[in-house]
Amino acid sequence: MAIDLKNASFRGYKRENGRVGVRNHVVILPVDDLSNAACEAVANNIKGVLAIPHPYGRLQFGADLDLHFRTLIGTGSNANVAAVVVIGIEDGWAKRVADGIAKTGKPVSSFGIEGYGDMETIRRASKAAKDYVQQASELRREERPLKDLWVSTKCGESDTTSGIGSNPCVGNAYDKLYPHGVTLVFGETTELTGGEHLVAARCRTPQVREQFMAMFNRYQEVINRHKTGDLMDSQPTKGNIAGGLTTIEEKALGNIQKIGRKCLVDGVLDKAEAPTGPGLWFMDSSSAAAEMVTLCAASGYVVHFFPTGQCNIIGNPILPVMKICANPRTCRTMAEHLDVDVSGITRKEINMDQAGDKLLEMMFRTANGRLTAAEALGHREFVLTRLYESA
Amino acid sequence: MIHFIVHGENDSVGVVVVEGVKAGQELSGWVMEQDKEIQVRALNDIAIGHKLAIRPLAADDTVMKYGVDIGRAVAAIKVGEHAHVHNIKTKRW
Repeated sequence: MAIDLKNASFRGYKRENGRVGVRNHVVILPVDDLSNAACEAVANNIKGVLAIPHPYGRLQFGADLDLHFRTLIGTGSNANVAAVVVIGIEDGWAKRVADGIAKTGKPVSSFGIEGYGDMETIRRASKAAKDYVQQASELRREERPLKDLWVSTKCGESDTTSGIGSNPCVGNAYDKLYPHGVTLVFGETTELTGGEHLVAARCRTPQVREQFMAMFNRYQEVINRHKTGDLMDSQPTKGNIAGGLTTIEEKALGNIQKIGRKCLVDGVLDKAEAPTGPGLWFMDSSSAAAEMVTLCAASGYVVHFFPTGQCNIIGNPILPVMKICANPRTCRTMAEHLDVDVSGITRKEINMDQAGDKLLEMMFRTANGRLTAAEALGHREFVLTRLYESA
Repeated sequence: MIHFIVHGENDSVGVVVVEGVKAGQELSGWVMEQDKEIQVRALNDIAIGHKLAIRPLAADDTVMKYGVDIGRAVAAIKVGEHAHVHNIKTKRW
């Protein structure tokens, strides 16, 4: 191949805990819906910081609350984030999130609104945010080995060209990254339906296979419990069907191309759980784009491969989302949203090996600082997965 | 010129990868896994990304793509005919 991955490096921000990021965000993170206004006001006061508003965080309990905390703490802990200001309606849970993030060693402060009001909280939090953004502005990228890069994938608004071109292109890149100790992940549990046996066959050990199948079967039970039909227009989506995908099995077989042909599934992750070593991980997750990408960011991934057919335009506040497309019509009509055009596969102008190299080349450029189309267009979808109703 | 792509030679369907395919048009297909070419005449106008049958299917036949079961035909499908949600359904859910 054209790229020498054995000696490859990228320029990233080495954080206090040794993890390496490719962005340098200062995040203003609300614990709950009520704190969005204060976070957005701080982001308006202090230039170069990023508020991440969301609609949840009140009266959640049990595993759903655990996931809420894990996702917020994981987001703040991500190596693409230099420092965090946490704001909650009261200071207890705000401190809980901040304490979780503080374990990385990065600067973090928390503020509760009750007893102060929005305006005094905004004043205090703005002061912390100003200090952090000035500190972050002095951090410099340094040369880091490829193995320090954590890469996630999830496809979206797929069509039949996804299985032909953009997904196997990601699979080709994954097969090339895997032997170099890169930490990789895929997920989308229900979107493996019809191809789950192929993923099971790729699990490294019988124990991993058992864990994967338990996650797969649990999610099938969720579908069976709540479905009112065959899920047509939801999974596959209306866009998938318009793009020519007919059944969930067909969509799943295209989806699975993303894990290539060689790399093995080394372990499974719960939602927003951080992997404990290099290799390919399966994360039990929703197949909805923003939910899954948000979980990848919370697990610590710093670059995302997002192959698409009809062109899902999603981005993420802290995780650069690279769009790869093989549909010639989409590459013409949605070019502004795409980072890597591999439509040449459908014309036999390039082969899969060349397509994979093209993606890897853009991966290094993105890691080194090139903004993705989604970043340039301001796509910051941050969507928390909910497990059930609030109390 | 490649008009449609087939993943493997045992598949029942191919995917149109060019715009503007019209009924009656002679189409060239590329079978990726075996890297060979096949010819099929389109029986319908078929949009880019949509499938056509490359072998005849009877109702209840299993439809193969990637060499794997992707569902069942719910009506007979002729070679060259548009194959989609009107004549193929999932076996799951």
